[in-house]
Amino acid sequence: MNRRPFDPRLLRRVPEARRDLAVLALLGVLAAGLIVAQATTLAAVLATAVDGRLDRPALTGFVATVAARSALVWAQGTISARIAATVKAALRADLLGAVGRHGPGWVAGQRAGQLATLAGRGLDALDAYFTGYLPQLVLSVTVPLAVLARVVFADWSSAVIIALTLPLIPVFGALLGWQAQAATERQWRRLSLLGGHFLDMVAGLPTLRAFGRARAQTEVVRRMADGHRVATMKTLRIAFLSALVLELVATLSVALVAVPVGIRLLGGGLALQTALLVLLLTPEAYLPLRAAGSRFHASMEGLTALNEALTVSAAPAAPRATEGAATPDGRGEIRFESVTVAYERTTALRDVTLTVRPGERIAIIGPSGAGKSTLLGLLLGFVAPTSGRITVDGVDLASADPDAWRRQLAWVPQRAHLFAASLADNIRLGAPDTPPDALADAVRDAALDDVVAGLPDGLETLLGERGHGLSSGQRQRVALARAFLRDAPVVLLDEPTARLDTAAEAVVLDATRRLVAGRTALLVAHRPALLADADRILRIEDGRVTELTPEPTGKVTR
Amino acid sequence: MSAAPEPLPAGPGRSGAAPVTGATASGRTTAERTVLRLARPYLRRLVGAGLLAAATEFAGLALMATATWLLMSAAGRPPLDRLTVAIVAVRALAISRGVFRYTERLAGHDAVLRMITDVRARVFAALAARRTAGHRSGDVLSRLVSDVEAVQDLLLRVLVPGSAAALVGVLAVAGAALISPAAAGALAVGLLIAGVALPALATAVTRRNAAEVAPLRGALATDAIDLTHGAADLAAFGATDAALRAAEQRARRLARLERRLAATGFAVDAAGVLVAGLTAAAVVLAALAAGVPGVLVGVLAVGALAAVEVALALVSAARQWTQLRPGLTRVAALLDGDTPPAAAVVDADGTADVDRAGGHELRFVDVTVRYRAGAAPALDRVSLALPAGRRIAVVGPSGAGKSTLAAVLTGAVRPASGRVTLDDRDLSSYAEEELPRTVGGLLAEAYVFHATVRENLLLGRAGAGEEELSAAAAAAGLLEWVRAQPAGWDTLVGEEGGQLSGGQRQRLALARALLAAPPVLVLDEPTEGLDPTAADAVLASALAATPAGHSVLLITHRLSGLAELDEIVVLDGGRVIQRGSHAELVAAPGWYRDQWLLQAAAERGYLALAP
Repeated sequence: MNRRPFDPRLLRRVPEARRDLAVLALLGVLAAGLIVAQATTLAAVLATAVDGRLDRPALTGFVATVAARSALVWAQGTISARIAATVKAALRADLLGAVGRHGPGWVAGQRAGQLATLAGRGLDALDAYFTGYLPQLVLSVTVPLAVLARVVFADWSSAVIIALTLPLIPVFGALLGWQAQAATERQWRRLSLLGGHFLDMVAGLPTLRAFGRARAQTEVVRRMADGHRVATMKTLRIAFLSALVLELVATLSVALVAVPVGIRLLGGGLALQTALLVLLLTPEAYLPLRAAGSRFHASMEGLTALNEALTVSAAPAAPRATEGAATPDGRGEIRFESVTVAYERTTALRDVTLTVRPGERIAIIGPSGAGKSTLLGLLLGFVAPTSGRITVDGVDLASADPDAWRRQLAWVPQRAHLFAASLADNIRLGAPDTPPDALADAVRDAALDDVVAGLPDGLETLLGERGHGLSSGQRQRVALARAFLRDAPVVLLDEPTARLDTAAEAVVLDATRRLVAGRTALLVAHRPALLADADRILRIEDGRVTELTPEPTGKVTR
Repeated sequence: MSAAPEPLPAGPGRSGAAPVTGATASGRTTAERTVLRLARPYLRRLVGAGLLAAATEFAGLALMATATWLLMSAAGRPPLDRLTVAIVAVRALAISRGVFRYTERLAGHDAVLRMITDVRARVFAALAARRTAGHRSGDVLSRLVSDVEAVQDLLLRVLVPGSAAALVGVLAVAGAALISPAAAGALAVGLLIAGVALPALATAVTRRNAAEVAPLRGALATDAIDLTHGAADLAAFGATDAALRAAEQRARRLARLERRLAATGFAVDAAGVLVAGLTAAAVVLAALAAGVPGVLVGVLAVGALAAVEVALALVSAARQWTQLRPGLTRVAALLDGDTPPAAAVVDADGTADVDRAGGHELRFVDVTVRYRAGAAPALDRVSLALPAGRRIAVVGPSGAGKSTLAAVLTGAVRPASGRVTLDDRDLSSYAEEELPRTVGGLLAEAYVFHATVRENLLLGRAGAGEEELSAAAAAAGLLEWVRAQPAGWDTLVGEEGGQLSGGQRQRLALARALLAAPPVLVLDEPTEGLDPTAADAVLASALAATPAGHSVLLITHRLSGLAELDEIVVLDGGRVIQRGSHAELVAAPGWYRDQWLLQAAAERGYLALAP
């Protein structure tokens, strides 16, 4: 993975953050200047105070630099938070946009969860990186340089010692391994997350309870957590020890500067004000380097999220048909010509040739995983054929505008997603301007009216993540209502009654019959009842399609 | 996992119900009180860590002050021997600061990790003590783990550094008072602002900002879920672009809000810098006015700068605290009223065999289960008789109530009406650890632990020998796989059984159930995830491996291999719609026959149906 402290891809991907980043760098230069100015004025105040006098201009200058530093701290924080907000908004838009660009086939499965987490809360880890680590990183460059520049003018021999010892920090850091330290810290986090199998045990509690071992296992949890503690302390000891060595290196370096300064001061070879300035400034030179190193691990999570986001949104999208591409007419003939679909490890469909005549109702059966849903996915444009082609009314789907083609389709998936919106908006998906009476018709056709009546706010009831849940049967009827509203010439149904009990199945079947009347329909079927109305029955097994002699239903259920 | 994720009841006072934000004033202190109560056994270590932290900060402060004194005194060119003590002190302080920091970090982490061990055990005990803790999503679980971490962070990042900063502040003021009371007064004011007023302000700002940002972040998280999990629906209905625009708009609104809030948040840090500088200036003025010797003015000024810097650590501690609050509240709510775990640890394995021997009779009489008042019942007046040795299968479509039946059987769900009895005693009258030894087996949520195969199996019966393990594994069809592994029984199974295929995982869970061999064996979808041929073989060998006197309740959606069973009960919509032997049910029209024919069609080829 990318371990650089700053990812240059960021500048390319989020150009609107460039200006703020430049300002942040500038503020880092200013901050270094102010640190020098504060030490200079304080040294002047103290050097005159030795004689019991007050150097008013110097004190005023000191207060002024402090005020300026305070303003600078505010500006640095605000700017870095601005960068964080800008970058997060841009990356979120990028990530979610990638879903639109790549299509649902790409986002399916585990990736959906990862993306949702990353675009949701994952990117918020960038706050720590931008407001904590990045400004410190800038300071670790500007402050040592500014200190060196100032000390050269005040006392060049001290400057030489600082210049020679400063590299010791990054050198020792590399030797002891900031990287290793970051790794151990990460390891620690990971171990904590596992919590000595704590999570494993809690997740398995129902099983432990089923064997009557839940209480007895408490002692095991304690023992394992204790073992975890011992292991953790071992790694921490190393991490802390390397931090100690770095601190001692910095301390010894300061001493190397301070001792000759003191001796020359005693001998009268150096003015007190200069000596004080060197004493006050020298530790400042070493501090930001160590601080940046120790904050690196805190920003790891953010860097990881950033790396993931930049990688995901950079993935090239499959070429999409351009505007003005042909729009096939869904009332025409649908032909599959030697279509093969191969996924990474499996082949979902092999050499499928098939013609669907307008108005035909085709039932598709076969064991799970045989490729039934892939067949529908091809028509929806979620899956592209590895070889072969699909034409509708003579137009190759690969060259058609997918949105225009999908307007000819109504799709009832196995499990429709309920969006965090009102029931009405869930039904009006893709057609937000539907007049109320058309909506009411769709609700009635999908036998959804009794569901609506049972909801607290009727059609305005909020559904989804934090809203009202619906049972599988009700969910299925929402999907059917969407399809009714779509009023498309081609209907695709993916096991519309798969998870329903008999009572719900009857209602959904009735609605399904009304939906497919007068349209071309492909329905993946599990239940005999659905086969009754089919004109043709296709069986898919191992990716191969065989046509079955249509049998009257009586024979099937006899 | 189970194909039928039926709703399980929420027990009273589940941690998920604990308030996430807006804790009441009384709730605010109880969370910390609970943590401190847990910390009591480790108080000495924690106080030691706090003192070491204070020593670290104090050494840093004293180092700067002494070095300044040394330098400013040297300017007066005194004889060297007058400086010797200070020179030695500077060296000692420089080295000891690093050493103190090292020991403090070690001691602090050690104490806190010891305490976390305790907290984990207690949280686990509290969870285990709940008889009806239902299904928890992975999200809730990982939140629970990070909540326990909140306890750790409260001590390591809030209490220890906070008390150290407070202590050093007091010492600094006392030290300054020895030189000049007026300067000490100025320092005290500065420290109070930096260590009390600013942290309070930071707390208020953090809390307010969180309250403003949280709803928008939540909405954005929902958008992300809708756009990814609902990607297919959106694309199919041409709604992707509109949804994307809405989400982008919300992301931009969040960004605007975050930018606006940052301005107030960092004002506190800016004020901290200002307070440090002004305090130093005020101390210089006060000291000079009081006629303090010049060298000591320098010591006071530099010391004041360092002291305020230390006190400002309280600002970040306050921020941390505010962020940790919700997690702490949840842990406290979970541990409230928990019994000490030690009392519950009674290993009763030795008595298990006595129970296994006898025959038992289980009865359901008109059992009705309702998950929510007013909702349709999940089980509707179901009656069943399961005397010793009888074998019953419960079948039916998803959502028919099969899993609910299993949950009632194991006592996880209590019926709203009707009676469930074991040997004429009501099921609820059995002690929590007593029931599983009689009624149990392979339940829907069978979990495979991140441990060896042997350890996973021994959960079924602690102390089982190699032969018994082999017999159970053979019956579940797992033995060959185990023998093929280089580590054999000691093969480590990945997280949540990750290194096993779905089928092997299921076989492992089944073998564990067969090893446990309770007199009333419940098998909930024992062959899920296996291909039809393997499923038939495994079911047959599992039934054959069950002793004759033991009764079996098999819950399945597959209808093959049921001919040997004494009775088949068909559930639909929570009601028994058919019952009888396989032969009877196949002969009569109805759900069972339809489903059986269809399954035969799907598994043997559709054409098998055509005469």
